[in-house]
This record gives sequence, C-alpha cells and structure tokens, in this order.
Amino acid sequence: MSLAENVRAPGNEGEVPFSQRGPAPIETVASFGFWLFLLSDVVMFSGLFAAYSVLADRTAGGPDGLRLFDRSYVLLETACLLFSSFTCGLCTLAIERRSVAATYFWALITFILGAAFLGLELSEFLRMIGEGASPTRSAFLSAFFTLVGTHGLHVTLGLVWLMAMMAQVATLGFLPIVVRRLFCFTLFWHALDIVWIGVFTIVYLGARW
Amino acid sequence: MSDHSHAEPAAQGRAPGASPSQRAGFLNYLVGLGFAIVLTLASFWAAGTDTVWQPAVPVLLAALAIAQMGVHVVFFFHLSTGPEQTNNFLALAFGVFVVGLVVFGSMLIMANLNANMPPMTMDQLMKMQR
Repeated sequence: MSLAENVRAPGNEGEVPFSQRGPAPIETVASFGFWLFLLSDVVMFSGLFAAYSVLADRTAGGPDGLRLFDRSYVLLETACLLFSSFTCGLCTLAIERRSVAATYFWALITFILGAAFLGLELSEFLRMIGEGASPTRSAFLSAFFTLVGTHGLHVTLGLVWLMAMMAQVATLGFLPIVVRRLFCFTLFWHALDIVWIGVFTIVYLGARW
Repeated sequence: MSDHSHAEPAAQGRAPGASPSQRAGFLNYLVGLGFAIVLTLASFWAAGTDTVWQPAVPVLLAALAIAQMGVHVVFFFHLSTGPEQTNNFLALAFGVFVVGLVVFGSMLIMANLNANMPPMTMDQLMKMQR
C-alpha cells in the first residue's frame, strides 16, 4: 500500500487530505492529553522503581522483604485492584449508554474495592511499622514506603476523584464535559492497576532474590 | 450531522479507551479480566514454586508481568496498532522507551559502580575527602 492510500484509508472522508480536515474533536484531544499525563506519571513511577531496585538489598541489618511480606495478603490486594479495574470498565460501558443507575452501581463497586485495597495496604504499613520496619530503618524500607506509598496516594486521589465525579453526575447529569472527565477517570484507574502489576512483581514477588 | 460526527473520530484518531460497542465492550472486559487473573495467579505460583529452575524465575516473573501489562493495555485501554490510534500508540512506545532507560539504566550503572568500587575502610574514605 502506498503512502497516499494509507493516509486516505482511515475514516470515511475519503478524498479530504489530512491537512484540510481541521482540528480533531475535543473528546479525542482531551483524552490524548490525559493519555500523555498518564504516561508521564508512569515515567515518574519508573524513577521510584529504579530507586527500589537499586536499594532492595540495602537493609542495613534490618528486616528484609522475605521476612516482611505476606504473599497471600498481597494476592488479596491485587484481586481487589484488578476487580475494581474490571468494574470500572463496566462503569465505562454504563456511561456510554447514559444509564445513571448502572453508572452509580458500578462506580460504587469500584469505590468499595478501591477502598478495600487502600485499607489492606494501610494495615500492612501499620503492621510493618509496628514490627520496627519503619521508613527510617533502612534504605530498602525508605524506597519501599516511597514506591508503594506513592501508588497508594494515587489510589486515594482516584477515590476522591470518583466521589467528585459521582457528585457531578448527580448535579449536572451526562453533560459532554462530565462524560469527558468520567472517561479520564477510568483511564487513570486502569493505569493505576498497570502500575500495581509492576509493584507486586518487583517488590513483593521479587523479594526472594 | 450525526453521520458527520461519527465519521470524524475515525479520521482524526480515536481516543484511548474508547470501546467499540456495548456487547463487544463487555466481552472485551471479561476476556481481559480472565487473562489478567490467569497471569496474576501464574506470577504468584512462579514466585513460590520449586519446579522451575530457580535462576530462571525472575525472567519468568518479568515475562508474566509484561504480558499482563500488555493484556491491560489491549483489553482495558483498547489500544491497538490500527491507523486511527497512531498517536496513542506512538506516545505509549515513547513512554515505554523512557521507562526502560530509567529503570534498566539505573540498575546497570549502579551494579557496575558496585562491582568496580574497591572495598574501602572508613579510614580510606576519610583520606579521600582531603
């Protein structure tokens, strides 16, 4: 296929060249901008992942990951976040068919699962600090609390955002701008789940090596 | 008018996350969830098992994690390499490139510094500062 055919292939406008089609619709522009923000957020996380990988065995004689982490507990956290990502997807479908009741329902399930994840994570943090494994104990623990804590902070902000969005659906309904924001929220929530895959693989399952 | 607004997103690129239709969308999320569950359980199994040659386990874990991230990107973000998603895909490729540079670059440099640093006593370190 030649380049000219390739340029004309997508869409139904056929003969109108790219240079004359005008700007993309605002839904596409807004989502693409938010997509770029998410990627930059992931790049920020990569710095924390790099710090953790380098410092993972610098325990300064303190407890190491193998002693501190409980895998079945982490599996439970992972399940909460994965299923909340799935219900968030179902919420997207409810928004697309403009169903208020279904949107509320799936948003509520997403919120509950997200809050359960956050509760599990916080109680894990408190248990570790109670055992003397606080962030000040060693470089390993500083890096651990920074990485996992930053992810937890993102989840917290996501929950606040979800509540704000439900308030907007209640007061404004499905205005184009509200739908756009809801859509950005679902992208954010899916991205948090992707970061968590890195966390449980590198931090919790990598603790043996 | 409605015809026009339908044609435009395809021509100008599709937003990341936009799903095709209700029924296909639901199946899409369900398949993604199934893959993600299998890959997650496989990761947890691989980390605790003795049946796999031990030095190969980190590589296996990395492969499973990358596979699961791919599943999430395809089934939850609905990202594809199609012509209407060129912008989204290129941005993602650049993001992955930067993440790879930061993470593997840092690990490589720090391991190299560690290996090349002669073991020093406190006394030698003090002398170096003068």
